[in-house]
Amino acid sequence: MTNEPQFDHVDMMLNMGPQHPATHGVFRMVLTVDGERVVDVTPHIGYLHRGTERLAEVETYGQVITLFDRVDYISNLNNELAFVRAGEKIMEVEAPERAQYIRVILAELNRVASHLLFIGTYAIDLGGMTPVMYCFRERERIENLFEHVTGARMMHNYMRIGGVKSDVPDDFVPWVRRLIGEVRMGVEESDKLLSTNEVFLARTQGVGVIDGPTAVSCGLSGPSLRGSGVAYDVRKDDPYEIYPYLNYKIPLGENGDCWDRYYLRVLECYESLNMIEQCLDQFPAGPIMAAGRRIARPPAGEVFAHSENPRGDLGVYLVSDGSDKPYRVKIRPPSFCNLVGLATMTRGAYIADAVAILGSLDIVLGEVDR
Amino acid sequence: MNVTLSDAIKLTMQLFALLNVAAFGAISLVWLERRFLGRLQGRPGPNRVGPLGLLQPIADAIKLMSKEDVAPGTSQRLLFYAAPILVFVPSFVVWLTFPLARDVVVRNLDMGLFFFVAISVLSIVGLVLAGWSSNSKYAILGGFRAAAQLVSYEIPIITMILVIGMLSDSLDFVKVVDAQATVPFIAVVPLAFVIFLIAGLAEVGRTPFDIYFAESEVVGGPFVEYSGAHWAIFFLAEYVNTFVVGILGALLFLGGWRWPFGADLPQIASVALLMGKAYFIVLIIFWIRATYPRMRIDQLMAMAWKWLIPLSFVLFLVAAFQLKFEWPWWVLTILSLGVLVVPVVVQSRKQRNPALALAVRYSANAVIVHAKPRPAAVIVDDVVATSAVEGTSA
Repeated sequence: MTNEPQFDHVDMMLNMGPQHPATHGVFRMVLTVDGERVVDVTPHIGYLHRGTERLAEVETYGQVITLFDRVDYISNLNNELAFVRAGEKIMEVEAPERAQYIRVILAELNRVASHLLFIGTYAIDLGGMTPVMYCFRERERIENLFEHVTGARMMHNYMRIGGVKSDVPDDFVPWVRRLIGEVRMGVEESDKLLSTNEVFLARTQGVGVIDGPTAVSCGLSGPSLRGSGVAYDVRKDDPYEIYPYLNYKIPLGENGDCWDRYYLRVLECYESLNMIEQCLDQFPAGPIMAAGRRIARPPAGEVFAHSENPRGDLGVYLVSDGSDKPYRVKIRPPSFCNLVGLATMTRGAYIADAVAILGSLDIVLGEVDR
Repeated sequence: MNVTLSDAIKLTMQLFALLNVAAFGAISLVWLERRFLGRLQGRPGPNRVGPLGLLQPIADAIKLMSKEDVAPGTSQRLLFYAAPILVFVPSFVVWLTFPLARDVVVRNLDMGLFFFVAISVLSIVGLVLAGWSSNSKYAILGGFRAAAQLVSYEIPIITMILVIGMLSDSLDFVKVVDAQATVPFIAVVPLAFVIFLIAGLAEVGRTPFDIYFAESEVVGGPFVEYSGAHWAIFFLAEYVNTFVVGILGALLFLGGWRWPFGADLPQIASVALLMGKAYFIVLIIFWIRATYPRMRIDQLMAMAWKWLIPLSFVLFLVAAFQLKFEWPWWVLTILSLGVLVVPVVVQSRKQRNPALALAVRYSANAVIVHAKPRPAAVIVDDVVATSAVEGTSA
């Protein structure tokens, strides 16, 4: 220290957000920057707080499903699935097999749609403007199917405790088969354009590295965790619905950098499409709603159910006091928990890297703030 | 020198015509870029305002002009409003010496290339001033980035212009074009063209070098606080500069209005030929924009100082030797092609192949979950209330 020249200097505080193109919504991070280097980062959340958990306490069980559509508004069906599973657990019903298949097909399609949105917006974060067009084109196809099946493109309100709202249309299976082919080609197109693009590699490889133990201790889940090589996936570790009857692979990263987190999502798109194909092969006939669905008053008690959302481990902790409304609904949002790793990854990186790292966590502010 | 009134009128008319050419070029680029990018991205692009959306840039311009012109309360007003002019004027003034055909030029200077270099660097001042006077952190970051980026990339671009000056034995644009009557300089020094194009991209801040106004990082950089007409001037300057790169590339490397026909064409055809070449270069720039993400500031600087500047100096020396010892021109071609191929191979081995291998490994090393046999179909009509604990497996 004695040999170093002593200068007074003040690090600049750079306020990114709540209105900033790279924060994907109303997220604010205060960067302490030394030139182009990020010294520290403080995330500020809560701009999109809508009191979902409180609202869930004054709605009946059926009405809460609509709230879960709006928690993570990119992967609505996955959220519905998490809640109806908690509801089924506390009401001790089980959805019929056909309903479970429908749910899994739709949830996996929604996972693909969500990952497509991620790939596109991640390219935008890094300045590439073409992949988002390809990805949105494919996402539109998926949403057209959702509209056909559920009646809505985003806020579906389709799943029910004990089944699904209505049976799928007659042309569902051929439609999904056609869709899978189209979407697979679309994902390949973006994959070829972006994944091994030299500039993209230079921007993402070795950036925002987080090792497995740190990622676990930060509470990361989903592709953000698996990018660090930790094989945790709720579908595998706590199987639910009809996932045990499917063959699938859970791709793992090695370096825990932004490219790994990005590329795992691309691979998961392919895996999800394969899973949907298997579901269609096994697609059974039968009822879509468990009998006794009118049970609106579950016994008093508490349950925890979780499922693999595109962003990670979405948990729902449900407490019932025996009335027709939940006493407490606690959501364990993967986006919020993944955000914990942001500061660890960002310190010492460049400002441009902060954008890349935040993008690679794929947060949805509706879920962070609830 | 006697300046008569008719001279003054003539000059004014020429300048007016030039301004229109530059503005038309810029506006046509706005349309071309949006349509071309649209085609590359699988969408139609603007197609509602006028036939083929041709009037879209006009509509945009009218919108920008009619917007409220806001300046931040804490900005330095004088510098804030001077900055767009400081950026736009150099990008317009360089057009004075650009010949669009043999005699279609406002003032053909013997030192035309030098004049271009001397004037074009001035726009850095405007960008830094815009960043500083806005009194915004994003703007100042963008301004500093602009200063670092533009100053660094001036060096390779100037060296390439010098190489062309040496090869054609003149700094006069017309003589440079005449020297390319049979063999354009892109065939003589392909490396120089590539360096020129990369540095030119960086000079005008096009992707992948749009770092100083990176939308997702510094939200427009020096331009973040500008609106309305002042922002429109920056916007116009950006497109005029892009067009300058196209015209300059056509004049210096693609043989201007002479190659491949050798002799001079009629004037209109000459202008059309030059413009065609300029638009070709501009389309390459747009194509790059559609393909590549943005680089990071340190990677950008490393590219300039570790690759482009040493390479351009080497090329400069080799060109000097070639002239001194009167080697045949294809010596330069072979050398610069070699220099082009080596980094491409090195780079692809360094990054792309490991990434592809990594991608293959990731999909191969994935945890494989095998399906359990599905139980025979159960009619679940009356199944209610299986216990939550044992309920997961049917």
